[in-house]
Amino acid sequence: MLYTNLKHLESAADHRKAISENENVMVICGRMGPMCIPVYGIAEELEEEYRHVKFYDMEFDNPESHVIRSLPEVRGFMGIPFTIYYKDGKVVRATSSIQTREQVKAILDKEFSTTVKA
Amino acid sequence: MATVNHYDAIVIGAGPAGLTAGIYLSRARLRTLILNEGTVGGQMVLTHEIANYPGVESISGYQLSGIMKKQARNFGCEIKTGISISGLGLNDSIKSVILSDGTEYTADALILTPGGRSRTLGVKGEDEFKGRGISYCATCDGDFFTDKEIIVVGGGNSALEEAVSLTKYASKVTVVHQFDHFQAFEHAIEEARSNSKISFIMESVITRFFGNEKLESADIRNLVTGEINNFKTDGAFIFIGYVPNTEFLKGKVTLNQWGEIIVDSNMATNIEGVYAAGDSTAKKYRQVTTAVGDGTVAALAASSYINDLKTKKKQPAEI
Repeated sequence: MLYTNLKHLESAADHRKAISENENVMVICGRMGPMCIPVYGIAEELEEEYRHVKFYDMEFDNPESHVIRSLPEVRGFMGIPFTIYYKDGKVVRATSSIQTREQVKAILDKEFSTTVKA
Repeated sequence: MATVNHYDAIVIGAGPAGLTAGIYLSRARLRTLILNEGTVGGQMVLTHEIANYPGVESISGYQLSGIMKKQARNFGCEIKTGISISGLGLNDSIKSVILSDGTEYTADALILTPGGRSRTLGVKGEDEFKGRGISYCATCDGDFFTDKEIIVVGGGNSALEEAVSLTKYASKVTVVHQFDHFQAFEHAIEEARSNSKISFIMESVITRFFGNEKLESADIRNLVTGEINNFKTDGAFIFIGYVPNTEFLKGKVTLNQWGEIIVDSNMATNIEGVYAAGDSTAKKYRQVTTAVGDGTVAALAASSYINDLKTKKKQPAEI
C-alpha cells in the first residue's frame, strides 16, 4: 500500500476514469522506496500550484498497474517510479526513476501549459 | 527591525534535525520559519522502517516525518517548502535569507540543517541512463535485473551489502572500487567475497556509460596502469556515500574538507547567532536519533541567544 497523501489509483478502471475525465494527469507508479518517495513528495507539494493537473499514485506491485507497466513508452525503463503524464487521455511524457522538482516542473510547464497560444 | 518577513529564528532544512528545531523553537513561543528546498523529512523519508527510534516500536520514515511536521505546525512553526535559496547574509546581527523569487526573510538566529544526498559519479552517460540501467537503490530496482549481469560501484558497507542482496536477482555482480581495499566492516567484506556470483575490479573507476535505449557498457579505467576497458553490463548500481548539501554555505561558515559544517558542543558555527544540526555537520554517527538530538541542542542554544538579545534590547543604554 502507498501511504502518500496523493489520490490512489487502485485498479485499471480507476486509471481509465482518471485519464478520461481529466485533461492533465500525472501518475506516479512506484513503491515506498527511496527513489519513489521524493517524487510523491514533489507531486504533493505541486498540487496546489498546478491546480489544472490531477496528481495520482499507483502501486507498482499491484497487478492492475499493468496499464502502466505495459505502455510502449516505458519500454527500456529499469527504475521506479514510472511517472506518466497524460494529456486528454494520451501519454505525452514518461520518466523512469527519481526526478528532481525542477525536472518535474519543467515537464508540467511544457506539457500542461495553461497559456493559450495566439 | 520588524518587517512582515522577520522571524525570531529561521531553520534551513526540514529533515529530523530541522523539524525538531522547529518544534522546540515554536514551543518556546519564538516566531519560527522553516525553509526547505527538498522533501520534508530529508533522508529520513527514504527509510522504509525505523525500528530503533525510542518510544516507537516501528514506523516508516515517511510517517515519522509527517508526524514531526504536524507537531511543528501545531506549535505555530511556519514551514515553506519547494523554495530555492539564492543568497544568505550571516555577518550582521540580523541574518537574512534571500530566495530565488526575490523574497527576503530575516531573523535574529539561523539554524542550518540542510542534510545530505547520495553522491553520484558525475561521469558522462550517468544521467542519461538513470532509470534505464543505472540505479541508486537495490531494493527498488533489483528485480529489473533478474538473470542479468551488473556492476556495483563502491567499497563501503552499502556497496557490499547491496552487491550481496543483488545476487538474488542478477546472474553476475562485478564490484568496481577505486581503492585496493574496502572501507566496509569485515563481515560485509567476507560475505561479499564468499558469494560465488560476485567478482571484483579493484583500483578502478568508471569513466563513462554507453548504451542506446538502455545501458549496455561502461568504460572502466585502472588507476594503476591507466588502461581503459569497455565492460559490457546490463546495469550499474552506485553506492559511493553521501555528500552534505552545503555548497551554498561555502565562504559563509566554516566547513571541513568534506564540506561538513563545523560546530561546537552547542551546535554553534563560527558565526554568532548561526547554528547547525544534523547530517550536514561534522560528526561520526548519522542517525535519525542523533539528528533529533542535534536539532534539540541547536534550538535550545538559539533560544537562549535570542532571549539574551531581547533582554539587551529592553535594557536602557548605560550612560
